[in-house]
Formats: sequence, C-alpha cells, structure tokens
Amino acid sequence: MGYELTQHQLNEYFKALGSDYLLVGPIREKAKGTFSDTDKIVYGVFEVFEDLVLEEKAFYSPKEFLLPIRETLFHFIDGQIMEPKIDTKPILIFARPCDLNGIRRLDTIFLKNGDIKDAYYERRRNLVKYVMIECTGGFETCFCVSMGSNVFSDYEAAIRFDGNQSLLEVVDPTLITEGLTQVTVRDFVPKYIHENDINVNVPSMDKINNSIFEHPLWKEYTRRCIACGRCNTSCITCSCFTMQDVEVSDDGLLGERRRVWASCHIKGYTDMAGGHGFRKQNGERMRFKTMHKINDYHRRFGEHMCVGCGRCDDVCPEYISFSKCINKLSEIIKEENHE
Amino acid sequence: MNNPYMPIPYILKSTQIETEIDTTFVFEANDRFIGGQFMQLSIPGVGEAPISISDFDGDTLTMTIRKVGRVTDRLFAMKPGETVYMRGPYGNGFKQEWFKDKDMVVIAGGTGLAPVKNTIDAFVSHPDDIKSLQIIVGFKSPRDVLFEQTLNHWQKKVPMIITVDQGDDTWPYDVGLIPSHIKHLDLTDVANKTVIVVGPPMMMKFTTLELLRLGFIEENIWVSFERKMSCGIGKCGHCKIDETYVCLEGPVFNYTKAKTLID
Repeated sequence: MGYELTQHQLNEYFKALGSDYLLVGPIREKAKGTFSDTDKIVYGVFEVFEDLVLEEKAFYSPKEFLLPIRETLFHFIDGQIMEPKIDTKPILIFARPCDLNGIRRLDTIFLKNGDIKDAYYERRRNLVKYVMIECTGGFETCFCVSMGSNVFSDYEAAIRFDGNQSLLEVVDPTLITEGLTQVTVRDFVPKYIHENDINVNVPSMDKINNSIFEHPLWKEYTRRCIACGRCNTSCITCSCFTMQDVEVSDDGLLGERRRVWASCHIKGYTDMAGGHGFRKQNGERMRFKTMHKINDYHRRFGEHMCVGCGRCDDVCPEYISFSKCINKLSEIIKEENHE
Repeated sequence: MNNPYMPIPYILKSTQIETEIDTTFVFEANDRFIGGQFMQLSIPGVGEAPISISDFDGDTLTMTIRKVGRVTDRLFAMKPGETVYMRGPYGNGFKQEWFKDKDMVVIAGGTGLAPVKNTIDAFVSHPDDIKSLQIIVGFKSPRDVLFEQTLNHWQKKVPMIITVDQGDDTWPYDVGLIPSHIKHLDLTDVANKTVIVVGPPMMMKFTTLELLRLGFIEENIWVSFERKMSCGIGKCGHCKIDETYVCLEGPVFNYTKAKTLID
C-alpha cells in the first residue's frame, strides 16, 4: 500500500509507530565528532522527521542494534549463571539498501554459519523490522552498485523523504496505523541508485589464489595502515567478537561474561594463550580483511560480504581506500593472467 | 533461550602433574566425545578458552593443559571437588573411519600429544581396527615429557621413537628434532601409509615437508590446527582462514586442504 504524507502527517505517523516501536535512524550527535565542535552522524533513536540526517552518511552503521559493541552474555552471581534480559520493545530501523543488505550478511554469520544459531543475535534480530530509505544519489565513497547491494527487496516498508510529499510503501500490514487511513493514497515503488561515482571491479574468484598473498601490494598497507580497527568498527558486515570475563567483586562471587567487538586489523586478534599468533604485519591483516570481504565469504555463502557502503574509506585516519584496494588487486590479477 | 554459550558445570575429579607447566585434569563427564575435539572451558569471571580433549571413557573427561594464561592460571590453583564450566564438544576430531585398516603413523610434538592421545590409545588397544602402528613423540627436553606411564605402555606394544630436542646425561631415548627421525620408521610401502601429525606450527610444517620428501602421499596426511577461538560455533571469526572455519571444518584437516590454509 502506498501513501503520500506531508511532513506533519509523517511526524504523526512516527508518533503512532513510536508507541509500538523504538524508531532508529541516522541522527546527529552534537559535538561528538572527531574534532572539536564537529558533530557525528550515527544510528540512534529518533522521534520526528527533523531528528533524521539524510544529507550525510552515518559514520557508524546500524549494526550495534543487533550486535551491541559490548554485550553481556551472562551474569555470574555466587555460583549462579544468569542470562541478562533485554528491552523487548520492537525496533524499526530506517536504513538504506546497502545497510539492509549488510544486516543480511550478519544474519548469515550468526544464524547460518554452522549448525548452531547464535541465540543472543537471534533474540535481537527477531525484534527488528526495516523501513528502507530510498537512496538514489549515494555519497562520495559509496560503491554499492558494483557490489550489487544497491537494491533491497525484503523490507517491511520503504520511504522517500521529500518535504511535504514524502512517499511511503507499507508491505507489513501491522505498520499501517489508524492515522495512515486518513492520508492520500498514492502508489509508490522505491527507486534505486544505478551508478556510483566509484566503480569497483571485484576480481573474479576463479582467478584468485594464495599466490596473491605474497604480492608487494600488501607491503604498501604495512607501511600505511596503523591497525586502529576503525574500518572494522564502521563496517556493517564486520561481525567478529571476543569473549571477555570480568570479576566485579574482590571475592570473585560477582562477575560477568561479555562479548565485545573484535577487529582483524588490531594486534592480538589471532594471539593464542602462550603468545603464538598469525599475521603480524598490518599489510597481512589488510589482505585478510580484503579477501574475506570480496572472496572468502562469497565462496562460502554465494554473495560478497562487502556491500560497498564506503564507510571504511570515510573513517580511515590514513586515507586508505578499500575501493582502490579492490581495484588495484583486480588490476594485479588481470596482469598476472595476461589479460 | 536455547543458548549455545551456556557453560555447564563439570566437577574436577583428580589431577596429575605432568611437567613444571603441564597438568592433566580429569573431570566427571558422561558425554560422548571424539578424540581431537575440543571444549570451551571457562571459569566464570576469569575467562573462557578452547582446550583439546585428551581422553574420555564414558565416566570421565581428561584434558592435559599448559599453564599459559588467565584461565589456566586459575585452573591450576583448583583442587579436586571444585567446579569448572565447559561447553562443547566442538570440531570434527579424528574420525576412526579415516584410519580403519590403515598402516598408521602418529607423530606428535609437545602438548600436541594431548589431542591425539585418545586416538593412539584406541589404536593400541584395538590393533585389529588398523593394519599397523608406528609412533614418534617429541618434546623439547626430558623435563617436558608428558604421559610417561602411557608412553611406556605404548612402547611395549608398538614401534615407537621418543625424542627430545635436547637430552641430558640420564635421557635413555633419542635426541633430535622430530623431522630428523621420520626416516628411521619402517617406510615399506610408504605411499600407502596414513599419518597423523599434531604439534606446534613449525614442527607440523617441517614434519609434513619431510613426510612428502620420503614418499608419503598428501591425501594420507592428517593434521590438527590450533587457533584462537572465542565461540567454537562459527560466529566470532577468530579461527577463520580463507573460507574455512577451523572450529567448524577442523580442527583436524587432511593435508590436501591444510596446505591451502594460509592465515
């Protein structure tokens, strides 16, 4: 069902949805930016249209609503093990196709990799529905079209924000509020972006083999990458975590087990007790991440992990561009195959 | 919530000091295991770590553990009767059907002997399941020797080389790195021999190279990997190598696969 809404009607709709759902979308955090007096755009809870920021890309992805940065798995209380409860209010995430495709990758890792489902992820995932924000323009560093993640069809609703003529398509009937029956009915089919400023040529998987691991390309990243892990934290599809136990009382009777986001770029990611680890060079870590995003994941699950949101390029303090890395790799592989 | 991370209490039954830094812990457990699988062992508030299963008999679960980190430091202070927590078993383990009616060679270095101990025990006590068995075990020094009694038992039953990288005046067995001893095995019909190699990464690398040089066939070599793991169920990402998850597809791999796994 399609609707045309004025800004006032849109806010009335948000208000009505808000009684049943936590509304999450790209919002502005004042003075939380990297530099003083700058803002940061993040995914957060909003109430009205004016809270949303649509002209800039969010620095972080919405993944923390499904996979919190730090999630307590157990409380340990004097020999008892307790699972923490979570807020069970359903969440409506307003996000663009790239991020919604990215969340599908998270679903794959947590629910379909191996026979065992991740119950903590699943209980949050079951609370979430999606409103796709129509995205036809993209941003400077986006390359979703090259990754095939510019289109998403599995949404509960889709919206085109356009002043007093915003258009809404509602697929899930439970999102049709009483107020919506009062607004103009108008057919709406969301459009998608079909060309980004950046085009990425993903190397063909049948041409990639381990010999590329030795290429000097990765040494360049050993010189440039400072292993800060920002690319991982901003990535919608990075899902790694590390288990962390803490004792919160001196007698050891109170404690908790948490999982915290982990980064394959940061020192210690592969270190085992006893000190043995792998990929000591930052360039090797860049190689590992690159291969996961555009090769390994595809071999396992049939689609690329990277969705081309370009956040890793936006956040890198060393101005390393992932899209350029993929293109360089593609050129090298072409040369090596005498194409 | 059907929570795969929920740790289950296990009571420590007994301990056996093996070396200055290795101790064997026996827990009460009637679960089913396969040698070479691992458990996520934890002490609430301290941490959780993947630990290989070294033995099991329907009533107990045995793990030989090196004191190397937070969890093991605390574990080493525990007394029989105390409780640790575990979840698992995880991983494929050494499946007996891979080795049925084979001429077997088992090569283990250091604590690498622990994950393969149950498998060797099964070969030694059921010799009819396999065609033949030879063993090489290696340790850094006489002080690092594990399972002394078990080694003596095996030695009476099957041809076995026990070596240390560096011996001392009282060391009665061989000296030298494991790869240098492989040529001393009975290598008749080497292309039909099946071999299990477990140990530190460098030992596994040079051992498999030597095996190939001596005529062993890649398909007949099995190795076991050790990686950092936070979940054991294919979620945390730490053990991933290319599209392979060591916790799901391993930790035991055929060499044809293992040789392609570059971290």
